[in-house]
Amino acid sequence: MLMVLRIGFVYMLLAWLPAFAQVTEYQLSNGMKVIVKEDHRAPVVVSQVWYKVGASYEPDGLTGISHALEHMMFKGTEKYGPGEFSRIVSALGGNENAFTSRDYTAYFETLAVEHLERALELEADRMRGMLLDAGEFAKEIAVVKEERRLRTEDKPSGKVYEQFNAVAWRASPYRNPVIGWMNDLEHMTVEDLGDWYRRWYAPNNATLVVVGDVQPEAVRDMAERHFGPLETSEISALKPAAEPKQSGETRVEVKVPARQPYLMMGYKTPIVGQADEPWEPYALHVLSSVLDGGESARLSRELVRGRGIAASAGAEYGSYSRLPGMFLLDGTPTDGHTVAEVEQALREAVATLREELIAPDELKRVVTQAVASKVYQADSLFYQAMEIGVLETIGLDWRLIDKEIEALKAVTPEQVRTVARRYLVDENLTVATLKPLPMDKKSARPAAQAGGRHGS
Amino acid sequence: MAVKHWVLIPVLLLVASLVQAGPSIESWKTSRGAKVMYVHAPDLPMVDVRVVLDAGSARDGDLPGLAKFTNAMLSEGAGDWDADVLALRLEDRGIELGNGSLRDMAWVSLRSLIEPEVLDVALGTAQAVLAKPRFDAEAIERVRQQMQIGLRRSLQSPASVAKRRFFQTLYADHPYAHPPAGNESSLAAIRRGDLERFHTRYYVAANAVVAIVGAVDRETAETIAERVTAGLSKGSHAPALPAPPAVSGGELRESFPSSQTHIYVGQAGIARHDPDYMALYVGNHVLGGGALVSTLGEEVRNKRGLSYSVYSYFSPMRVDGPFLMVAQTKNDQADEALEVMRATLARFIEEGPSEKDLDAAKQNLIGGFPLRISSNGKIVEYLAMMGFYDYPLDWLDTITGKLAAVDVEQVRDAFSRRISAPSGIAVIVGGSG
Repeated sequence: MLMVLRIGFVYMLLAWLPAFAQVTEYQLSNGMKVIVKEDHRAPVVVSQVWYKVGASYEPDGLTGISHALEHMMFKGTEKYGPGEFSRIVSALGGNENAFTSRDYTAYFETLAVEHLERALELEADRMRGMLLDAGEFAKEIAVVKEERRLRTEDKPSGKVYEQFNAVAWRASPYRNPVIGWMNDLEHMTVEDLGDWYRRWYAPNNATLVVVGDVQPEAVRDMAERHFGPLETSEISALKPAAEPKQSGETRVEVKVPARQPYLMMGYKTPIVGQADEPWEPYALHVLSSVLDGGESARLSRELVRGRGIAASAGAEYGSYSRLPGMFLLDGTPTDGHTVAEVEQALREAVATLREELIAPDELKRVVTQAVASKVYQADSLFYQAMEIGVLETIGLDWRLIDKEIEALKAVTPEQVRTVARRYLVDENLTVATLKPLPMDKKSARPAAQAGGRHGS
Repeated sequence: MAVKHWVLIPVLLLVASLVQAGPSIESWKTSRGAKVMYVHAPDLPMVDVRVVLDAGSARDGDLPGLAKFTNAMLSEGAGDWDADVLALRLEDRGIELGNGSLRDMAWVSLRSLIEPEVLDVALGTAQAVLAKPRFDAEAIERVRQQMQIGLRRSLQSPASVAKRRFFQTLYADHPYAHPPAGNESSLAAIRRGDLERFHTRYYVAANAVVAIVGAVDRETAETIAERVTAGLSKGSHAPALPAPPAVSGGELRESFPSSQTHIYVGQAGIARHDPDYMALYVGNHVLGGGALVSTLGEEVRNKRGLSYSVYSYFSPMRVDGPFLMVAQTKNDQADEALEVMRATLARFIEEGPSEKDLDAAKQNLIGGFPLRISSNGKIVEYLAMMGFYDYPLDWLDTITGKLAAVDVEQVRDAFSRRISAPSGIAVIVGGSG
């Protein structure tokens, strides 16, 4: 009875959201795509320009160039000097930044809605007008190396993730870190960046996503005014760089100074748009939530609480990417237990999914959580824009977002078992473990009168 | 008349651009005495409830980590439900429950759909979580393990180590000195009785603020506030914290097996209701608060390429929170970076911001105000903070006017009185080259 009521409510919610959030799409004559989602709750707007370029586009020897170029995109055009972009947006009360991933590079501004046009003008200016000055590059590449030290060199989990990908993939460009290998950063030149910029930064390789308190016609006019006159580039198709079939388990050990062991595992899996059968990614999504969709899910219930062998254990599957990815598992053993035991327990959890059907209430819970998440996500303009931008940029239709719930509802326990049997198998597995080396003996050296108190 | 209009129009425009009303906030007390802060946000069929308590690590006493330990136990079983059943109750209905604690504040947050059957379960569960945690022996040992491991993980990070040292040095024997995550020996020493005592003393209505934002009317909001606090005893507010000690400047260097050296430079800053708050806040926005535009960013990152993440901030707390400048750079550049940071601060104290930079910072803060209250998630955090630190209900309405009123002389004066480069503490953690 309650069940019936809740399903009824779910449909009501889903009916509510699209009406609330109108999406309009159009293409400029130079090929640039513009997608506008209305959200009139507050007089603000987020604008994101997405380029189809990222770490998975990079050849060997030039890893990290997409990210390095993203840094340089704030360093001056013919019209605006270094840092001026940021100063102008800041003075408008805006937040702005950029992010680079395997499959995309995106630039965003969040600001009061009346300043949207200025942001678009600035983005259009730097789409074709960057100067890429050698002196600015020399300083900025040093900053990028510092970023790499911060995020990877000095961070045990960052090191493990990097090594994990490096051994898991043979041909797929997903084997390279987004920030690039240090040696490649050391040999990168401003000329390399110029070539990369001219090759990928063009209206016919970009999508503008605007979400907020806007009218779609007005946004189209602005986009037409500023991006419309920009010239196109000839964008050559990437070679597929398909990953050959893995034929046995791969392992890597990472030894760095650390205090806590750690384990990461991954099975190669298909993605939306490139699966043998279209339901497979959704079955993997359900499977991932059955293992790690909250505190009630199997890993928390059985490994963290029940058996107490892991302090934390997680599962993660991304169904949206340009190239096939992985189903990831990770865990940290509790004292008195080893990474080997955590690995064994995670393998058992996967084996159970190959052998037994998931329970109907587990499936129902995953769908309920997904429906609630859709509602909660509508609270964030940025998230809404991200969803659209990611799908468009990896070559999918953003409308898939609205079909996700239906696709999850259609998943059966048999399908979940089928994807476990097909993909979550040892031949398809990579395992990385962190073996802590001793940290140097602590030696606090008080200089001067550190911490000496005066007064009271 | 014409002349008068000529004068009036710009004034009106100015006023119109300065008065930016925040959301309409209503406040009352529950029957047990908890303060409620409420905003009606009808657009999405959801509600956020955030209960904050003066139960952070400043209340740890001689058991560092006790506040965080207690807070972490809340979702590990409450009332009739062990951790498994509790999690199922929430996740079967898409309800999200969160909890956490820092130095001043501990919190429990709830996000739920407004469907009555769902909301009913959400509120009943939150009520038990706040008032009736079970403190089962097995759950205590599990959380103890998780905290010990979390602690070890943070000690793998030179940034965490530097921050811990900074607070320990700056606050000496003040309750802000020790890390909220505790230390190995204190975590080992905490007993069930300690957790129960802490919970009984601090998880009480008089020590709690309930913030509510969502598609619920005032009447429903009143019911929500009553329900989540129904199990709490009235109790009393946590006592006032002592003033932080005066600590003189100095340097603390610690070696760490890392390729970068992390630099934390700072001193005691300001408390929440400090009269210099606005001037220091806006001034710091020029110095190191702006994300991609700031004086420190210009000197350390843009001009010299020394650091990826360089910034400064005031952390206004119940009593004086810290003022901090932070950067990290490869080991052999650490002294240079430290020198640039200190020189930049010294010059800022001496000269104050330029008129142009201050205007730009004010424009960013004032123009960016609508962004800060643009979602339910952001508003509920503001409400909780305002309730916790006793801000007036019109505070959000007045903030842009106050920002606009700050001038160069106020900033220079406030920095020169409150921040003095020589009395800053520098904590430098990293490798030797």
